[in-house]
Amino acid sequence: MSKKRVVHYINQFFAGIGGEEKADIKPEIREGVVGPGMALNAAMKEEAEIVATVICGDSYFNENVEEAKAAIIEMIKGYNPDLFIAGPAFNAGRYGVACGTIGKAVADELQIPVLSGMYIENPGADMFKKSIYIVQTGDSAATMRKAVPDMSALALKMLRGEEIGSPEADKYISRGIRRNYFAQDRGSKRAVDMLLKKLKGEEFVTEYPMPDFDRVEPNPAVKDLTKSKIALVTSGGIVPKNNPDRIESSSASKYGEYDISGFNDLTEADHETAHGGYDPVYANIDPDRVLPVDVLRDLEKEGAIGELYKYFYTTVGNGTSVANSKAFAADFAKKLKADGVDAVILTST
Amino acid sequence: MRLELGKIFINDVQFGNTTKVENGVLFINKDEMIQEIGGDEHIKSIEIELAHPGEEVRITPVKDVIEPRVKVEGPGGIFPGILSKVDTVGTGRTHALKNVAVVTAGKIVGFQEGIIDMTGPGADYTPFSKLHNVVVIADPIDGLKQYDHEAAVRMIGFKAAAYLGKIAKDIQPDEVKVYETEPLLESVKKYPDLPKIGYVYMLQTQGLLHDTYVYGVDAKKIVPTLLYPTEIMDGAIISGNCVSACDKNPTYIHLNNGIIEDLYEKHGKEINFVGVIITNENVYLADKERSSNWTAKLCKYLGLDGVIVSQEGFGNPDTDLIMNCKKIENEGIKTVIVTDEYAGRDGASQSLADADVKADAVVTNGNANETIVLPPMKRLIGTTKYVDVIAGGFDGSLRPDGSIEVEIQAITGATNETGYVTLSAKGF
Repeated sequence: MSKKRVVHYINQFFAGIGGEEKADIKPEIREGVVGPGMALNAAMKEEAEIVATVICGDSYFNENVEEAKAAIIEMIKGYNPDLFIAGPAFNAGRYGVACGTIGKAVADELQIPVLSGMYIENPGADMFKKSIYIVQTGDSAATMRKAVPDMSALALKMLRGEEIGSPEADKYISRGIRRNYFAQDRGSKRAVDMLLKKLKGEEFVTEYPMPDFDRVEPNPAVKDLTKSKIALVTSGGIVPKNNPDRIESSSASKYGEYDISGFNDLTEADHETAHGGYDPVYANIDPDRVLPVDVLRDLEKEGAIGELYKYFYTTVGNGTSVANSKAFAADFAKKLKADGVDAVILTST
Repeated sequence: MRLELGKIFINDVQFGNTTKVENGVLFINKDEMIQEIGGDEHIKSIEIELAHPGEEVRITPVKDVIEPRVKVEGPGGIFPGILSKVDTVGTGRTHALKNVAVVTAGKIVGFQEGIIDMTGPGADYTPFSKLHNVVVIADPIDGLKQYDHEAAVRMIGFKAAAYLGKIAKDIQPDEVKVYETEPLLESVKKYPDLPKIGYVYMLQTQGLLHDTYVYGVDAKKIVPTLLYPTEIMDGAIISGNCVSACDKNPTYIHLNNGIIEDLYEKHGKEINFVGVIITNENVYLADKERSSNWTAKLCKYLGLDGVIVSQEGFGNPDTDLIMNCKKIENEGIKTVIVTDEYAGRDGASQSLADADVKADAVVTNGNANETIVLPPMKRLIGTTKYVDVIAGGFDGSLRPDGSIEVEIQAITGATNETGYVTLSAKGF
């Protein structure tokens, strides 16, 4: 069996070129192993080998991200790797960010598995743990001896196409991907056991660590409403009658764009809600209750607002993931901007 | 308050000439039962079918699941304020037919009725696949409004459970379990060294098809209050809601609440389980603030050292859950919260709609967005007509061969937030 091919990425320091004074060197690629690659190679034994090593200065990379990424990807391509390893970067912040950035770029563009190693507090770990597997290492190169077997073990698993286990089992920093499993005990018993430990001051492990919440600061107020183009956007599921695009009643995978230029008032005859998380009766009798087209038309006539934008965007908020919601909004926000909309009224349910 | 719960274990259910239990087999006179539970002017027809564990049967859309129980001694009757007078229940003796449930099904009410598969991969996700189910299919008259429809089917379910439950009255139970909670001051005197533990039981009350009733009162209209745990075993709390099937509490769950059961296991040994604080999940901010203020106030007033808080539903009630947790922790009382997750089909999104650092002890009952393929079944009770539009379904959920690809959200009880099931989720 031929050995799997690995390309390794390290910075100027681990390549033995120099410290901070050499951090501005441009990327280069060398055949075979350099620096820590030797130990990784030895640990992967007969199954895989590092065929080339990319070396780049941390300052250069972080100050010229786009150029550095493009150049390095070109370099790597020629070696046809089965796996890309970046680092380990331990607690070196800029090195960690470089490892994460190039790792994600390689994964996205070359579609091969990617692995890095970092200390949990390395800023690169938090930035990239969702995108790539990052083995948790100690905070300095003194812990290399522990990092190498952990990283090579996960590397071999990835190369063999084996299923990656839990963060604890495979020593990587949790990517925050939630997956179901059947536990030994039912939830109520686990809750009682957890409470007893918490009361006694014993160590316990929460089953869902609270995330850092993404709070959105409101924009400054609109200066002159009488000249503004206003759009209506809703997560309340208002759609043309019979839900032509089949937006789901829960966990929506899409949003709809519908023309309201011909409507002064939404009625039971022409619109309804697709939302499955609230009682639909009142929204169906008068869809303006959720998407207030009638009132906006009045304001338009009175001159209180400039105009009502001709489309509305709509989805179902019920059980819909934050990632989907963000993607929908990022998409239609572009259209709103391109069409010169000044402000948006977001209605929920 | 002391309740003896007598359990009669049923190992098969069959139709027969007389409704009775013989050698662990429940026989049902179908015509008599339909006669007894029928008569609602809003209901056009009632049919009863049986579904057994391991059978290739799919039941959908499922509204409620109810365990047949009967009051044998002590004040009141089962489902006080609903079927019986509003006497305070929870003392004396109650008999339950175990391994059996009434399941209400039929034309869908809202978007949020569920699926119970009696075998296959889906069966692993619903606790109700392990029961002999007496499925009551009640179809409404044409043009019936959803509220009347919901109320009618709800009542038929309780009547059916009471009809079956009453035959348990004169049967010698296979097992009797005793649950006892003393008045607060007495229990503190009795267990001076044990930590005082409460259970904050959040009830789904988002309104209009999302309601729960306590002694017949719509729980939207209550302020948080105290119950003896045994009151709940006699049907003091019942489900009247159509929230997503995976994490609503069917009446069966209220009767058999796992947190109450597991707290009682430690009662008098490691903890002093002093009682249940029920609270609601209303949609107005003032209601959320008031109710969470009051749960925290009551926890403090009772001198609790720790509480478990369970949620029902998701999204909007996540804010009630976090408010309860935060405010109770701020009183210096340790909390564990029990919830489920909506982390997206890929599991990569935030799981809850609200978060707080004080919520450092969380039990999760799984990610409801995870998808599953349910293979076709030989027999269908109800209809799969609504599978694409129920919560957890999507366009194309029902495939031409009869298999169904849905989020586990659509499976009744899959991620139950009283921790009745073993499903959980972890970060990868």
